[in-house]
Amino acid sequence: MMRDAWVIAKKDLTIEFRTRSGILSALVFALLGLVIFYYAWDPTAVASIDLAPGVLWVVFTFSGLLGLNRSFAIEQSERAIDGLLASPASRSGIFLGKALANLVFVAVVQIVAIPALVLFYNFPIARIAIPLMGILLLAAIGLCAVGTLFSSMAVNTKLAELLLPMLALPFFVPIVIGAAQSTAKLLSGRPAIEAMPWLKLLLAFDLVFVLGCTLAYPFTIEE
Amino acid sequence: MHEPANSSPVVEAADLYRSFGRKQALAGVSFTVRAGECLALFGPNGAGKTTVLRTLAGLLRPTRGEARISGHVLPGEPSVRAHIGIVSHHSLLYDSLSARENVGFAARLYRVPDPDAAAVRALEKMGMGVRMNTPVRSLSRGMQQRVSIARAIVHSPSVILADEPYSGLDDEGSRSLTALLGELRAAGAAMIVVTHNVAEGLALATHASVLSAGKIVSLLSRDAIDEAAFPAHYRNLVGTVQ
Repeated sequence: MMRDAWVIAKKDLTIEFRTRSGILSALVFALLGLVIFYYAWDPTAVASIDLAPGVLWVVFTFSGLLGLNRSFAIEQSERAIDGLLASPASRSGIFLGKALANLVFVAVVQIVAIPALVLFYNFPIARIAIPLMGILLLAAIGLCAVGTLFSSMAVNTKLAELLLPMLALPFFVPIVIGAAQSTAKLLSGRPAIEAMPWLKLLLAFDLVFVLGCTLAYPFTIEE
Repeated sequence: MHEPANSSPVVEAADLYRSFGRKQALAGVSFTVRAGECLALFGPNGAGKTTVLRTLAGLLRPTRGEARISGHVLPGEPSVRAHIGIVSHHSLLYDSLSARENVGFAARLYRVPDPDAAAVRALEKMGMGVRMNTPVRSLSRGMQQRVSIARAIVHSPSVILADEPYSGLDDEGSRSLTALLGELRAAGAAMIVVTHNVAEGLALATHASVLSAGKIVSLLSRDAIDEAAFPAHYRNLVGTVQ
């Protein structure tokens, strides 16, 4: 299963980084989002520490959706999805491969957006870099698991780009709340231990979503 | 080599029914195909030909009845699908990848040893050796179809399901495809070819079947087919020859 997942993820990433259409759109969206929030922000009314976690996760959530939309769209034009489903690759392997490629996509957006956030909101990141990376990873795993599942369902509809956010966002809410709360604790200089309950919640959601979505995927593609 | 006629069937459709909402796409389709045999499946648009192939490829679950490959009920275990190669009127390719990357990707999915070398061999067999590094989007439709066929045969499948395989091919491409499919059949592959074109279908067929409104209305062995009279026979059954 993991071998299939790796082969599929590698193929998806080759296509994405060759065409660059999805990743460029997501990066531009993320950076523009940060700029807009920055210019809409009144530093005398709201401290950057209070605003930044919300801005960060709003930007990541919506830029991630751009990549998730493309995840199964690349399989549709010449019905390449039929080639995948008719191959001996397990359905779970296909799902995990797609989710893994989406995870790399979201991670690239995060790698570019975090320095921009630091630049705009001017807070020291070095001392919280490692726990922050943990939060980013945990949240990205949950978002990608749920997003990949709903992307596979939405892609067969005429309103895929509209339907995906409508389906996925309610499930993103608990992940984004956990991620934003734990990010806020870290940015405000609280001890990392205070973020632990939120991190545990994130971990629990990841386990449930990854397992649940992997098991549910075969039923979403059944004709 | 042809297997003896009494060998066990490789492909079995046993009383297949399939409906999409209220539309009955298949209504009790049954046939068997043994190793070295080729069933040409003719029929007008909407007769259910593609539904039969998609069911046999494990892409559709029948509403009733069973599809079996080498005795294994589909969709079944993923390993069963390793025996099947599919050619469709869609290319099943990724247009930003090269021909070699596309076929190599399929070879990896099918766990072919040395997938890159297998991809090159399959592409050379289809006369695409010179253009193998070209992105698929830059190839003509006929060339894409050849790459698609290379993709279908890269793992040496024992069952080939071809849905309008001649779609987009020029005369030379059609001839080389007929020769290639003939070679695969002679090597023991069981084959089902869905086509509108009676002449192309009969060139390969050991059996010919006509599907109409989800039912098999005629199933003849090659010996019983009079090539000259078959178009009239088909016209009588479905009302038109395309």
